[in-house]
Amino acid sequence: MIEVSELTKRYGDKTVVDNLSFTVKPGEVTGFLGPNGAGKSTTMRMIVGLDSPTKGSVTVGGRPYAMQSAPLHEIGTLLEAKSVHPGRSAFNHLMALAYTHGISRSRVDEVIELAGLTSVAGKRVGAFSLGMGQRLGIAAALLGDPAIVMLDEPVNGLDPEGVLWVRNLLRSLADEGRAVMLSSHLMSETALIADHLVIIGRGRLLADTTVDDFTREASGGGVKVATAETAKLRSLLSGPDVTITSSSTEELLVLGRDAREIGAIAARHGVALYELTPQSVSLEAAFMELTRDAVEYQSAPADTEREAA
Amino acid sequence: MPTTSLRPNRRPGRYTQLSTAPDAPTSATAYKVTGLRVLRSEWAKFWSLRSSWITLGVAVFLLVLFGTIASYTYSPGAATGGPPGGASVDSTAVSLALTGVTFASLAVGVLGVLLSAGEYSTGMIRSTLAAVPRRLPVLWSKAAVIGPIALVLTSIGALAAFLLGTPGLDGENIALSLGDDGVLRSLAGAGVYLGLVAVFGVALGVLIRSSAGAIAVLVGILLILPGLASLLPDSLYDNINPYFPSNAGSAVYALHEASGSLSPATGLAVFAGWVALTLAGAGYRLVKSDA
Repeated sequence: MIEVSELTKRYGDKTVVDNLSFTVKPGEVTGFLGPNGAGKSTTMRMIVGLDSPTKGSVTVGGRPYAMQSAPLHEIGTLLEAKSVHPGRSAFNHLMALAYTHGISRSRVDEVIELAGLTSVAGKRVGAFSLGMGQRLGIAAALLGDPAIVMLDEPVNGLDPEGVLWVRNLLRSLADEGRAVMLSSHLMSETALIADHLVIIGRGRLLADTTVDDFTREASGGGVKVATAETAKLRSLLSGPDVTITSSSTEELLVLGRDAREIGAIAARHGVALYELTPQSVSLEAAFMELTRDAVEYQSAPADTEREAA
Repeated sequence: MPTTSLRPNRRPGRYTQLSTAPDAPTSATAYKVTGLRVLRSEWAKFWSLRSSWITLGVAVFLLVLFGTIASYTYSPGAATGGPPGGASVDSTAVSLALTGVTFASLAVGVLGVLLSAGEYSTGMIRSTLAAVPRRLPVLWSKAAVIGPIALVLTSIGALAAFLLGTPGLDGENIALSLGDDGVLRSLAGAGVYLGLVAVFGVALGVLIRSSAGAIAVLVGILLILPGLASLLPDSLYDNINPYFPSNAGSAVYALHEASGSLSPATGLAVFAGWVALTLAGAGYRLVKSDA
């Protein structure tokens, strides 16, 4: 369990994390989302005590990180993949970490195999591809058989097979009762893995919700109906919580009734429909909508960029 | 609600899915960070880098090479040529054998810097400090690993330089044998000095956090500072000169106490003081600032 409470980090006059509170629970995968520069990595660095908060506190398993007697057994972390000396082999890197906790060599071999690194374990990490570096980072995170697994952008640089591996791995870790937290800036990818979502922008909490709730809200885009008898259908569908707008003479956009209901009403009254389409907003679009005001590095529209050049 | 939350809230199944070892849970509870384990880890880290072997090899090689050459090229009363710090009027067999100490000190100092600042430049420090969040044991362990390693190997190097150089001084009146007064003490003193220089490098690396920056400061303190100080007024210079790190250090391995220089014991205390001061600064920075 990770408990973040009123966490604030300032660098000079720039507030990177602003009064952030959330909890990562055991048995769940918590997706930690936000645009680039939202403060995700800084928050994770504060969780494992690499950075100290300006204000607020964070506990891991009920204790501050620095008070852990076996931190790697409490929480396994993947921060940036390049938290490794490139001159050391994967095996020696893991072994050096293992020695600090009295973790056995056989456990090191085990996580190497688990991460699919057996054939390259003796190679210098400097020669690793991004994906292999990522696998090594995940192996290091699992080394201490931790109660909590926290991964910063774990699927970065992985091939589709690797992405699927991470997805299944995290699911099984959570099913074993561990708390799993992963950060990402990709909503659609995270929604496939996570149960819970913590979304931040400019260091502030924007949403603390479940994937199910978020998906339900995102799908509230209404239903597009096309018919020749718009006026008739409009009166048939109207009700207290129903909003109907039309964009053209033959099209209606209905909010408040689902497609099934609309189809049944139209059939009962003999109104011919040409189209009946639920207008779902993609998760990515909903996420972008939510974080739009909080995006640190907004891209200029393509045409203005050209003008400037 | 996600289905997982319906499950009873149980402790993480240690090693269930990830391991084939059924007896693992008992050993898992033994996971604990101790000072000795951090030391073991730093020992493994040191030897698992090729750069450690190379730098250490270079240090010992320079020590032996320059010491031997200086002994063979020695001619009494001749104007000084050869490597700096080499034959001068009051040369002894020991001072000739230890001609390479200056070069070796740069190599072992760099070795120390690479061991600590190298972790910052590669990002390894994040992994290290995540495993040892109390941080200070990492610094002590690095110092405790590299100090003795450098001490032992450079002492052997100094001894080798002396023994290899002895035939070259055969018949000269400055010739000495190992059994002569102070010879072994001087040679071991060189090892002690170089061991401390390695620790000094570790401390500078943690303090400055950049390999290039820390190496520059190391060279500045060991080589340039004494020269720069000669610009001071003579009376002041004479008083403080012996206390500069490298001058105090060279008193540790001098066979005869030169005028205006410290005794070996005082020199050792002064140089160790410099190292301790730098280590304290490094410890403060390590604990207080974000990694």
